[in-house]
Amino acid sequence: MKPTKRFPVHLVVFLAPATLVYTVFMIYPLFDSLRLSMFTPLPDRTETFAGLANYVRLFTDANWAPFLWNAIRNNFVFFAVHMLVQNPLGLLLAALLSSHVVRFRAVFRTLLFLPTVLSIVLVGFIWRLIMSPIWGISEDVLGLFGLAHLNQPWLGLEATALVTLSLISVWQWVGIPMLLFLAALVGIPDELIEAARVDGANAWQVFWGIKFPLILPTVGIVGVLTFVANFNAFDLIYTTQRALAGPNFSTDILGTFFFRTFFGAQLQPGNPTMGATVAGVMFLIILGGVLVYLFAYQRRLQRIEL
Amino acid sequence: MTRRPLRPGRGFGYWAQVLGAHAVLLLYSGIALFPIVLVVINSFKERRSIFRTPYALPDAESFSLVGYQTVFSGARFDLYFLNSLFVTGVSLALVLLLASMAAHALAEYRFTGNAFLGLYLAMGIMIPIRLGTVSILRMMVALGLTDTLWSLILVYTAQGIPLAVFILSSFMRQVPGELKDAARIDGASEYRIYGLILPLVRPALGTVAVFTMIPIWNDLWFPLVLASSERSKTVILGAQIFLGQYVNDWNAVLASLTLAMVPIIVLYVIFSRQLIRGLTQGAVK
Repeated sequence: MKPTKRFPVHLVVFLAPATLVYTVFMIYPLFDSLRLSMFTPLPDRTETFAGLANYVRLFTDANWAPFLWNAIRNNFVFFAVHMLVQNPLGLLLAALLSSHVVRFRAVFRTLLFLPTVLSIVLVGFIWRLIMSPIWGISEDVLGLFGLAHLNQPWLGLEATALVTLSLISVWQWVGIPMLLFLAALVGIPDELIEAARVDGANAWQVFWGIKFPLILPTVGIVGVLTFVANFNAFDLIYTTQRALAGPNFSTDILGTFFFRTFFGAQLQPGNPTMGATVAGVMFLIILGGVLVYLFAYQRRLQRIEL
Repeated sequence: MTRRPLRPGRGFGYWAQVLGAHAVLLLYSGIALFPIVLVVINSFKERRSIFRTPYALPDAESFSLVGYQTVFSGARFDLYFLNSLFVTGVSLALVLLLASMAAHALAEYRFTGNAFLGLYLAMGIMIPIRLGTVSILRMMVALGLTDTLWSLILVYTAQGIPLAVFILSSFMRQVPGELKDAARIDGASEYRIYGLILPLVRPALGTVAVFTMIPIWNDLWFPLVLASSERSKTVILGAQIFLGQYVNDWNAVLASLTLAMVPIIVLYVIFSRQLIRGLTQGAVK
């Protein structure tokens, strides 16, 4: 780094364009949207300041609160499935891909990541076709294991639709934790592992005793990325279950609730200020998750390292 | 002295482990590919064969392009494709240019507010731009940009900048200082030095390009909100609407899914090495 002396014109030239575009089209809208969430429309099409009234309404009004809580609850289920299935599966695949005994690692890596580069819209439709009773693919696949009688229209049943969609999302996104874990695992020096082997540790002990503690920072990053992505999700539910997130709102998450509130759907008219309020709640939830990660998880890790 | 990594004894346990690892990877590769392959092969079959023999490759008897004909007569996929290409291409170029300039300034110069600006720009990595949609739509209406591709380009550029600056500045910090000092002594301007550094971080630019491109190409939300008119539809929005309308025409559904999927799969297979290498390196740092 060089200390600069004259007025640094070049600094402005380098920094201004990115900062300007980012501020005008990302940061300003985020804050302006929070501001809008404190306004309410008047009959003459102007808007008036309402303080936190929209938030109170969202959390207590009988027309809003049940939908909000339903979406939050469903969103946590969606998140839980990702944490319990996607991330352990990503860790397992990464552990196998980083193993010296596995052949064709690059080929496996490329294939396993493929679903992740596809659009969620296409993924949603593909799985709808697979599960369609007309095509009968899911029944055939279960039949391979002698379980054809268990086949059900999972996306159409209130009890199973949300978990099914979560698993479809896991199918698509497992590549991300897989690669992040893989990057962390191949970064571990060989000497550490050899030393443990010499001491007689088996593969299982080496993994949980040495490798896993060393990749804990990545575990945290994967966790917070999953949280942010899940509480911002929208496309999959909108594509497969439409804006009403059926059956009977059983797959409604915050993203679809936000869209419906903002744009309206069927009989419900769109409401920009209430939409901004839902976005405000999402903002607070996501911010909360990020702060928990930054202050609880990362700080604790640093203490352990010291 | 180089030592070969110690291998466990090659007894029954070792081979069981090798076999088990490959079995799990093969099984999961099957799970990852099966739905995609199934859609692609059936998109080239006539309707009856789709249902009777879904797992067979198309043969002389079952081969049919009727789905593709319906797609091309029912929707302007050629136009949607050009729209997606334009939006993705211009946004990507803008992100790479603006972010590399900012990253260079953050990595190279010591000035008041450097750390703060770095943090400010990094904030956008964690907070999704989607949450500002209500305000973005109003702004685009005020600017007269709704239903134009430029509304998308501006949003995607803003969305791509945070992560790009973060990754590029961490790479640019590793470029040795002697190189820049030598250029300065030769009388190079600060802009010339930026031009000298760019080629040195080409792998990082490649990684950033892929990570910027995929979410832009695949996005549904902003095309739906900002640019849903017929002439500004992107491939994904076009496919989404087409699939909704032709939901019972299996040939058309399978063909449009294949058409929307294949470009990104081809690109991915070509660039997968670079993408994965970039990700694994970037994440270690």
